Amino acid sequence: MEELLEILNDLHPDVDFETCDSLIDDKILDSFDIVTIIAEVNDRFDVTISAEKITPENFNSAEALYALIQELEDED
Amino acid sequence: MSRKKVLRAAGSALVVLVSLYLLQKLLVPKYVTDVVEGAFIAEYYQEEKDHDVIFIGDCEVYENFTPALLWEEYGINSYIRGSAQQLVWQSYYLLEDTLRYEKPDAVIFNVLAMMYNEPQKEAYNRMTLEGMRWSPSKVKAVQASMTESENFLDYVFPLLRYHARWSQLEPEDFTHMFQREKVSHNGYYMRVDVKPAENVPEGRILADYSFGQNAYDYLDRITNLCREEGIQLILVKAPSLYPYWYEEWEEQMEEYAAVNGLLYVNFLDLLEETGVDFTTDTYDGGLHMNLAGAEKITRYLGRVLRDQAGLEDRRGEEHLSRMWEEKLAAYEREKQEQYLKYGVEEAGEGGNARENSAENTG
Amino acid sequence: MLLTSYEFLGFLAVLLVLYYLVPRGFQWKLLLAASYLFYFVAGPLFPLYILVTTATTYLVSCRIEGIGRRQSVYLKENKGSLSKEEKKAYKQKNKTAQWRWMLACLLFNLGILAVVKYGNFAISNINGLVQALGGRGEFGLLGIIVPMGISFYTFQSMGYLIDVYRGVVPAERNFFRLALFVSFFPQLIQGPISRFGDLSQTLFSEHPFEGKTLCLGLQRVLWGYFKKLVVADRVVTGITTITRGGISEYEGAYVFVGMMFYALQLYADFTGGIDITIGVAQAMGIRVAENFNRPFFSKSIKEYWNRWHMTMGSWFTDYIFYPISVCKPMLKFSKFARAHFGEAVGKRMPVYLSSFAVWSATGIWHGASWNFIVWGLANWVVIMISQELEPLYARFHGRFSVQGKWGFKLFQVLRTILLMSSLRIFDCYRDVGTAFRMFGTLFTRWNWQILWDGSLLELGLSGLDYGILAAGLLMMVLVSLVQRTGSVREKIAARPYPVRFLLWYGLFLLVLLMGAYGVGYDASQFIYNQF
Repeated sequence: MEELLEILNDLHPDVDFETCDSLIDDKILDSFDIVTIIAEVNDRFDVTISAEKITPENFNSAEALYALIQELEDED
Repeated sequence: MSRKKVLRAAGSALVVLVSLYLLQKLLVPKYVTDVVEGAFIAEYYQEEKDHDVIFIGDCEVYENFTPALLWEEYGINSYIRGSAQQLVWQSYYLLEDTLRYEKPDAVIFNVLAMMYNEPQKEAYNRMTLEGMRWSPSKVKAVQASMTESENFLDYVFPLLRYHARWSQLEPEDFTHMFQREKVSHNGYYMRVDVKPAENVPEGRILADYSFGQNAYDYLDRITNLCREEGIQLILVKAPSLYPYWYEEWEEQMEEYAAVNGLLYVNFLDLLEETGVDFTTDTYDGGLHMNLAGAEKITRYLGRVLRDQAGLEDRRGEEHLSRMWEEKLAAYEREKQEQYLKYGVEEAGEGGNARENSAENTG
Repeated sequence: MLLTSYEFLGFLAVLLVLYYLVPRGFQWKLLLAASYLFYFVAGPLFPLYILVTTATTYLVSCRIEGIGRRQSVYLKENKGSLSKEEKKAYKQKNKTAQWRWMLACLLFNLGILAVVKYGNFAISNINGLVQALGGRGEFGLLGIIVPMGISFYTFQSMGYLIDVYRGVVPAERNFFRLALFVSFFPQLIQGPISRFGDLSQTLFSEHPFEGKTLCLGLQRVLWGYFKKLVVADRVVTGITTITRGGISEYEGAYVFVGMMFYALQLYADFTGGIDITIGVAQAMGIRVAENFNRPFFSKSIKEYWNRWHMTMGSWFTDYIFYPISVCKPMLKFSKFARAHFGEAVGKRMPVYLSSFAVWSATGIWHGASWNFIVWGLANWVVIMISQELEPLYARFHGRFSVQGKWGFKLFQVLRTILLMSSLRIFDCYRDVGTAFRMFGTLFTRWNWQILWDGSLLELGLSGLDYGILAAGLLMMVLVSLVQRTGSVREKIAARPYPVRFLLWYGLFLLVLLMGAYGVGYDASQFIYNQF
């Protein structure tokens, strides 16, 4: 989780990712950010988030995203 | 629905209908001071319908024959259902329309319109068709006449057609919203000024001189309708120098008349007999007759109607005489007004105001 | 049948009456019949095209779901006996099968689109290439009429299929329901591109008659007609004069005028058309996704593209941009780029590469010619540049605290409008060379006096026309401003009846009297018709 927050904070230092749960709905993250995040996650966690997993539910909060990463890690 | 809602809906509908009605009345062209020929077709309906002769056709009927003279000199009660560039099918449906009200002894059709086989111009369509009262004949006339860009709905609701006229409204649009005075004399358009015919161009060479099938079909329908109704159909060609009347066209009409046993009078060949002089008897250089010319050819036509068609003199009928007395008074009044108006420049260029429409009207 | 024809209004009136008269369970079937009739009137062969796309999409989506269903049954039955690896391999096998089916179907339908819409474009380019290489001979062009709205319904069905594959929506088992989703007539002309999960929520349900819904829908239709007939179709004369007339005559400031006219026309025409579409659907109780969110209030090009033609934008993002940018080769490339070009640049390279693909596709989507492709790529370039300049902006804002200030926002908005209008010049002139040349004259030919010396009255628009256009523009801006705090129609609905009545009837009269329709005006096609 720490690592994920680091990635996110790098991208948008002004956003409080620990509490925000409407990253997509409020258009805080745009498509460029999402792709950057996925590349970083792929790099550091060694999981691949495929395009079909890019949904508002999975990206609205850091927590949800972390849950997704863990789920993908389990599958491997 | 509550009572209040029903009332509200009814009230709104009333406001909408009344306001749209008024708007339409305001926006349609009035044809009172300018392009008066747009008003001719509608004027017929105000008449007492007991005519001996009905004219149908384009400007060659309504500018060249004067019913007033036919009455004055021959006692023939006639009416011209003519309109600018009236096409053959429009003439046919106007005849159908007329027969809903009366049955004349003779119908006179001017053959120039045979040159058109397809719908021509929206503006002329409007002037011919708008004035017609609604009837199956009008529906069919509209359908036969529409150019590609036109829509039937525009005839049902002229407001749609004239919606943009609000920027060109004239005082007459307000003063004549509901009432229009007569602008014709039994469908005749009077002009007394003179513009001699000079240098009338020869007709261009055409690729094909035969009249179109569509035109012939409707001429046939006119012929058949008259035959069925026992009406004598007379074909005429007014003595207009332009549009050019080709020899090939003349032959076709002569043949048509012969085959169908119709009387056909070509006034272009009768200049001597009628005494038409193109230096004094036309107001637009040979396109149309002025009053002097119209009276000359009407006088000739009257003889044809009396001698060859056997029409009787009805001047003895008291009711008709009284009616015509009024008409002739109005006729005389306008004559004097026009003499006054154009008199000053009698020899010069007359009627600039009309020049544009004169060039266009067929 | 144009949206602005009497025929369409008649069609709509009859349909609405029938819609609320038939048994409610029958409503969507009536819509399906109406949609096919609508499409048949547009072109007798068009229903065939749409039927082929519907049928293939239906069969393949059912197939894909079938594979998924069998898989879960199999896994359940053999829960105990399969090892983790076996399970994984089995799943992988199925996934591959599903993927292949999907790909085949997508390529097939894209193929139809490519042939009918882009066939001639490709052939003429090949001919040009052959000639450039000194070859002789030409390939004949195809004599196919592009079916109306083929891009829209093809993309819509492709999106549905991908959604089924991704498990976002279950496959629709009723063929006729899917057929309605693909052919729903208000959308056929110019979108929006709906998602199945979204549209299906209201498309098939039963809609009892409700006065308010009907009114709100028709009011929106009326507003659409206002934009379209009063503004768009009126300004079009000026654009035609400037862009299609004697080219050299209208240079310099005229190009600017043309750009502004075009921006106005495109906005009024496209958003007006979408208002009609959404309004028609709403009148029948159906909710169609919004396609615009006051795009000309955007403060950057990127924001503009999130607010203009939104359903197309999100389609490209979801089905092209994401798949390309997170696919395995791209992730590998990302690692490679970061290792070789440095963290900062390398990180952005995949994004730029995928958005290049998206913008090429966007360009081609708009039309089968080079000017649209160049236009798409020009958008890409501008977005990339502004992305690269972001650190610079940050530094600027650090020094000057203008961010969020009213004047600065206005500047940003105007800048976006100007930029977008400049890019649209490729669309305007329909020829890449001419577009560049004319844009150049903006700076080389200094004739700004035409803005006030009366030359503008020579473009086919009278003073009155300018007055009406200005008033129309003002009304659109005002409505947009009021809209920021919620639906304008709802706000009006809260007013007393006489006010409401006068407002809507007044708008109706404005359209009736000031609309550029009928004889004397060219029956104007919606600009987006063929897209």
